[in-house]
Amino acid sequence: MSHDYTLPDHLFSEIDVTVETAKELGLTEQEFTSIQSLMGRKPTYTELGIFSVMWSEHCSYKNSIKQLKTLPRSGGRMLVEAGEENAGLIDVGEGYGIAFKIESHNHPSAVEPFQGAATGVGGILRDIFTMGARPVAALNSLRFGNLDSDRTKFLLKGVVHGIGHYGNCFGVPTVGGEVYFDECYTDNPLVNAMAVGIVEVGKTASAISQGVGNPVMILGSSTGRDGIHGASLLASREFDEKTEDMRPTVQVGDPFAEKMLLEASLELIASGCVVGMQDMGAAGICCSTSEMSAKGKSGMIVNLDLVPLRESTMSAYEIMLSESQERMLVIVEKGKEHIAQSICEKWDVPIATIGEVTGDGILRFSRNGKQVTELQAEHLVLGGLAPQYDREWKVADYVAEIRDLSFIDSEKSTSIDHIKEAFKLLLSSTTIASKRWIYEQYDSQVRTNTVSIKGDAAVMRIKELPGKGFAVCTDCNSRYVYLNPYQGGMMAVAEAARNVVCTGALPVAITNCLNFGNPYDPEVYWQFREAIRGMGDMCRALDTPVTGGNVSFHNESKKHAVFPTPTIGMLGLIEDMTKTVGSGFVQADDMVILLGTQSDDLGGSEYLKQIYGKIAGDAPHFVMDKEVALQKVTLQAIHNGIIKSAHDCSEGGLALCLTEKMMASTLGASIELPFDVSVGNLFGEAQSRIVVTVESNQVEVLASLCNQYGVAITVLGKVTVDATLTINDIINISADEAREMYEGVIPSIMATELHS
Amino acid sequence: MNYGIVVFPGSNCDHDALTAAQRSGGNARYLFHKETSIPSDIDCIILPGGFSFGDYLRCGAIARFSPLMREVVTFANKGGLVIGICNGFQILTESGLLPGVLLRNTSLSFICRDVYIRTDNTQSPFTSSLQQGQVLRIPIAHGEGNYFAEPETIRRLEDEGRVAFRYCTAGGDSNDEANPNGSINNIAGILNERGNVLGMMPHPERYADKALGCDDGMAIFQSIANAMRIAMPL
Repeated sequence: MSHDYTLPDHLFSEIDVTVETAKELGLTEQEFTSIQSLMGRKPTYTELGIFSVMWSEHCSYKNSIKQLKTLPRSGGRMLVEAGEENAGLIDVGEGYGIAFKIESHNHPSAVEPFQGAATGVGGILRDIFTMGARPVAALNSLRFGNLDSDRTKFLLKGVVHGIGHYGNCFGVPTVGGEVYFDECYTDNPLVNAMAVGIVEVGKTASAISQGVGNPVMILGSSTGRDGIHGASLLASREFDEKTEDMRPTVQVGDPFAEKMLLEASLELIASGCVVGMQDMGAAGICCSTSEMSAKGKSGMIVNLDLVPLRESTMSAYEIMLSESQERMLVIVEKGKEHIAQSICEKWDVPIATIGEVTGDGILRFSRNGKQVTELQAEHLVLGGLAPQYDREWKVADYVAEIRDLSFIDSEKSTSIDHIKEAFKLLLSSTTIASKRWIYEQYDSQVRTNTVSIKGDAAVMRIKELPGKGFAVCTDCNSRYVYLNPYQGGMMAVAEAARNVVCTGALPVAITNCLNFGNPYDPEVYWQFREAIRGMGDMCRALDTPVTGGNVSFHNESKKHAVFPTPTIGMLGLIEDMTKTVGSGFVQADDMVILLGTQSDDLGGSEYLKQIYGKIAGDAPHFVMDKEVALQKVTLQAIHNGIIKSAHDCSEGGLALCLTEKMMASTLGASIELPFDVSVGNLFGEAQSRIVVTVESNQVEVLASLCNQYGVAITVLGKVTVDATLTINDIINISADEAREMYEGVIPSIMATELHS
Repeated sequence: MNYGIVVFPGSNCDHDALTAAQRSGGNARYLFHKETSIPSDIDCIILPGGFSFGDYLRCGAIARFSPLMREVVTFANKGGLVIGICNGFQILTESGLLPGVLLRNTSLSFICRDVYIRTDNTQSPFTSSLQQGQVLRIPIAHGEGNYFAEPETIRRLEDEGRVAFRYCTAGGDSNDEANPNGSINNIAGILNERGNVLGMMPHPERYADKALGCDDGMAIFQSIANAMRIAMPL
């Protein structure tokens, strides 16, 4: 600190920067000191702005990268290592790959739900097509407060409208997702968007800049003042009364511009004129130029006057940090500019050359004839000299308090009247009830690859590879993670894999979106470390490496963090589309069978929330090895044609699983549980259980397979022509009655007018 | 049988239309909206679904000014077959090839789901392989599919039997409950006077393959193929 750094004469700074300026931009005093000593001089205002976004958690992963590196990040069918490109890439054989990734847009969606969610979708789609892959499926994972408040209804309406608006117009089917309602998300909803694309291996584009003299081109929309400091300020702070003022940091999306950008980008890549390409999302031009240069160990001279602007008076600082949507940075092979130009002309996509690649690793940007930056790309980026922190952690105090389940009324737990009432409450709880109101606002079929969106995971065909397909889902029960971050982290991965397995697909890889509170809070950081440890263990056990993803910290308001929510996006491959199954009953007289160990564990259940208003206990019963064995048996028996339908037990437990199997069919079932009909056995959410149906003459075959793998098997009953579910004469409900409750809840809540 | 599928920059069902047309045994290729002529071997033009120019204004309002649309109008006026699906239907009304307009759905939301439609005209080249009253299960996916026209136009459409398809129940009953978007008289698809232009909101190209759960939409492509086989010279 004793050092008195100055600014060299050839550099121009709009204002003289001090440690105060750095703090206003979200940097710490320590970071400001590091920046000056790295540079050996004082930064210009534009440079400081660039550091502030590049060293923000959003771009640098400074508080998370050390933990993320403990995850299995390579191997299996991965074609690029995690973090190497804009999205993960998985080999599906015969020369094709699947690119996929999930990303959060929580903070923008809390401030401006429609645009926040829309641009979240836009951003993740660009991550896919910037690699040369055509997006073929989109999914999401949403968390809101309880659906009884006007604010939550407003957010849900806006977010769903935003996702639909962007995906529908762009032309990607939205095929899956999950939605939970819990009080902790009231002020800070979570909006995670995932996209999946198909690409020919060897025809991908890389986010790299190299080749001295190659032109640096900007493609797509012009650059405006929207979204400045979205990554560093909005996404890196908790919610308080000032949050509303940050609405201008939310970007505005234009799906039509993105559609043209998609077509132009794919055609550019196919034409062979592209050296490297990266989309501009968070941190705009400064992120794409520095990351691409650092990767290619090259530099860049850029004249910012050449960037097409929405407002001509924008400063260098504003141009560099703008998060205007639907833009790409492209390095084109020198001499092939005319090819790029003619493709862009065809698609009416603006294109401009703004500079060229240099060999010295330095980013020299100028505006109005004055040089405003002279930065080493390496100083800015993750993997370069951006900071990496170990944060302090401690076991959260709340854990001891929430373990206590003595509030459960044991008399009630076996009362038949109570069981009947609880069953109906669960069937119509917003977390369990049908999300049709949401998913019917999304085009789920465009591009005609969608085979099913009704099962535990979406099943898609791959048109390029006849007979083959993939299954994909998003999953995370954050209550379990809250109760036990390590076990909960495992379960998020396990459930995602189980859902994919239930369709007949082999889980091959995950992408993750880690939504947590303030990492500077040691209890939050403990949740983060533990959840990642759990995910890592489960990923290794299932051989599903992590291909990439995103971290979202600071999901907090009024000193209260959201439940730790490590959302998993799971990809499963289907070698033979004729060997897939759905979740609903298929044929009368088939046997209904439970695979996996029954347990009456009520920890973290929707039952406890509905009846006692509590998220309590430990995460429900879970044993890793049993889960792996269960998935192996199920997959094998589906491929052998033994299993005709499969659905796992999740929220609401066994009773709701059976009800959902009925509602997904035209049939019913008569069930005689060979264990106590208690609330624990009916509604407990012990993991590693899948209810399947098989023909009666196949029960023995399945039993011997289960035996071989050490998986418990229990015959529960029989599928009936009568579309009614009976469980030990205690529950007796017709499919119509069940559907009325299950389907009716969310539409009727959303039909009531907002008061504000 | 040669299909030409018009590609606007925001078309996104162009690929689906191409796949379905090819599955039906036809040849199909894309025609970019900036082109200034329709190749002479084209028998049927498909205006596919999507958001032609973003549709931030009225759906299809800008697409009608594309160079190729002028040619499509000429092609239709000479008796060439033109089918507009979803956004394509909206473009046909904007271009004046079909009467009326598609308003926002009464729910004010985008709706994507399966509906049933009843065949009310089997005389057209697009419906000749269907039976009168035949019910098809076809998906809709639109925010603006609420067909509206002034009473005189509706009366003419009805009197002349130009309502090709109507939203209905699985049993073929065309009632309010079966109307997904508020269209007058449950109208899902209409023909022009000459019967060579069809506009419909539901997507037959999406259900043209059993692998996707249903192929009811294939009947429309087959009708077109049959019609061309026995067609009189245009």
